[in-house]
Amino acid sequence: MTQMAATRDAYGTTLMELGEENPAVVVLDADLSGSTKTALFARKFPERFFNMGIAEANMVGTAAGLAAAGKIPFVSTFAIFAAGRAWEQIRQSVAYPKANVKIVPTHGGVTVGEDGASHQSVEDIAIMRAIPNMTVIVPADAVETAAAVRAVADFKGPVYLRLGRNKVATIFDADYRFEIGKGTVLAQGSDLTFVTTGLMTAQALIAAQRLAKEGISARVLHMGTVKPLDGELLLDAALETGAIVTGEEHSIVGGLGGAVAEFLSEQAPTPLVRVGVNDRFGTSGKAEELLKYFGLTHEGLEEAARKVLERKGTK
Amino acid sequence: MHRELIPTLEEKARNLRVSIIKTLHRSQSGHTGGSLSATDLITALYFHTLRHKPAEPTWEGRDRFVLCKGHAAPALYVALAEAGYFPKEDLMMLRRLGSHLQGHPDSKQTPGVELCTGSLGQGLSQACGIALGLRLDGGERRVFALLGDGELQEGQVWEAAMSAAHFRLDNLCAIVDANGLQIDGEVAKVMGVEPIADKFRAFGWEVTEIDGHDLGQILAAYALSATVKGKPFVIVARTVKGKGVSFFEHKASYHGVTPSDEELPRALHCLGCSE
Repeated sequence: MTQMAATRDAYGTTLMELGEENPAVVVLDADLSGSTKTALFARKFPERFFNMGIAEANMVGTAAGLAAAGKIPFVSTFAIFAAGRAWEQIRQSVAYPKANVKIVPTHGGVTVGEDGASHQSVEDIAIMRAIPNMTVIVPADAVETAAAVRAVADFKGPVYLRLGRNKVATIFDADYRFEIGKGTVLAQGSDLTFVTTGLMTAQALIAAQRLAKEGISARVLHMGTVKPLDGELLLDAALETGAIVTGEEHSIVGGLGGAVAEFLSEQAPTPLVRVGVNDRFGTSGKAEELLKYFGLTHEGLEEAARKVLERKGTK
Repeated sequence: MHRELIPTLEEKARNLRVSIIKTLHRSQSGHTGGSLSATDLITALYFHTLRHKPAEPTWEGRDRFVLCKGHAAPALYVALAEAGYFPKEDLMMLRRLGSHLQGHPDSKQTPGVELCTGSLGQGLSQACGIALGLRLDGGERRVFALLGDGELQEGQVWEAAMSAAHFRLDNLCAIVDANGLQIDGEVAKVMGVEPIADKFRAFGWEVTEIDGHDLGQILAAYALSATVKGKPFVIVARTVKGKGVSFFEHKASYHGVTPSDEELPRALHCLGCSE
């Protein structure tokens, strides 16, 4: 039985541990601390928690100031309000001065569910990735989230660490070591490579197993860090398997698929199919329904695999 | 208050204005009017009120100054150079490729510059963050943030104003350089921001209103700001855009225009400088 856990829960717990270990860690939230799970930190360290109200621009600026005073601020709200509402504050007050601010939004992607398009961020990876000095991380599960939260606390500089709302399959063992900027090959394969991030990596593992029954050998390369992209593993995958399918709970414009397309078109032109939200807004529905509706499933990846293999000309 | 210091500070401010004019004439790019309106406010900070060590720009015990209206960077740069943060010759490289003196303040490049500002409306939030951080560590360190009156049109300023009062940031002193003009004309005509003092009062701040070119009033306001407990303090400083150079004064057209070759000697003459 697959274990399920939400990345935001892992965040809340790990943040609380970090608060214990490092008095420089401070946390800011914009009236969503129950949902983002920063409330756990707030209860334990009220003097180091700042509820900034529904005012994200000021929250990001305040975090930049706290960093200038030597603190390590973690900033949380929903992804659309962090990356979208406060984009220029993140650019000017955080990224340009290389402020040691960790933007850790939850509720990225369409699995926000019933709240609908207004609350579903499908552009945040693209717009955060476009900012110089910014590191963008999208963990696949709760284990990787806990490791990534610790890694970004140790890393000096701005980070966007995107988390989700719902429980997702735990795919990493407890001893998994996360390293910023490094991808992980989770399954070997020779016909094509799934390059995925966030909850799509678990779907890629299922797709690879199912394709194996059809005689298709799919590699699974998880990109926990979207920026900087692990060019080494990606180049290996392109040269050794000759076909790439990307998968992300995000628009196909500018996110992981965009980053992979940019890299490959210059370094090793390779047949590529991007699986993601097809340049459209989200909609209301249950998270699982929406993943199916947008094709963010192992079936969607399998279909893309057959398509890319046709283009590769081997099947 | 030290009344006997005022003539010295007035002389210092006059010299800084001369330096601003020469720097902007050399660069032929930059913001003249708003630099001259803020000069007395900045002079009083760097040469009287701020606790700082120019030889040790990141000294832990320092007070912090945030130039929210980042386009007045020339006024900040001449004060930093005068105080000894970097050589005065550097001023001649303002806005040039490769210079540490960027068009708007850059904390990564210029010694003594605390934050990256220039996108209006973002500075006060950052000043609030510094004030919160310094308070967590204890001690007497204070934060001064200089805003423009046009800048008050940015909604983020009022988010910051709300939070500064909510967190009772009495180690924070905001200063509004209210010169009444912005790029497109009079602030009152572009998008009125008055009554500034009442707005801040309503947001929970202690407010004082002064003549922003009277160094006696400026020093008194800075001193007063340190005595108020439990809430942030704002000084609404009424100023003249282009102050000190008669033909620049009260003119929105000199917001982002620098002195020409023909204007340079006349401008210096206005400032009592014959060089």
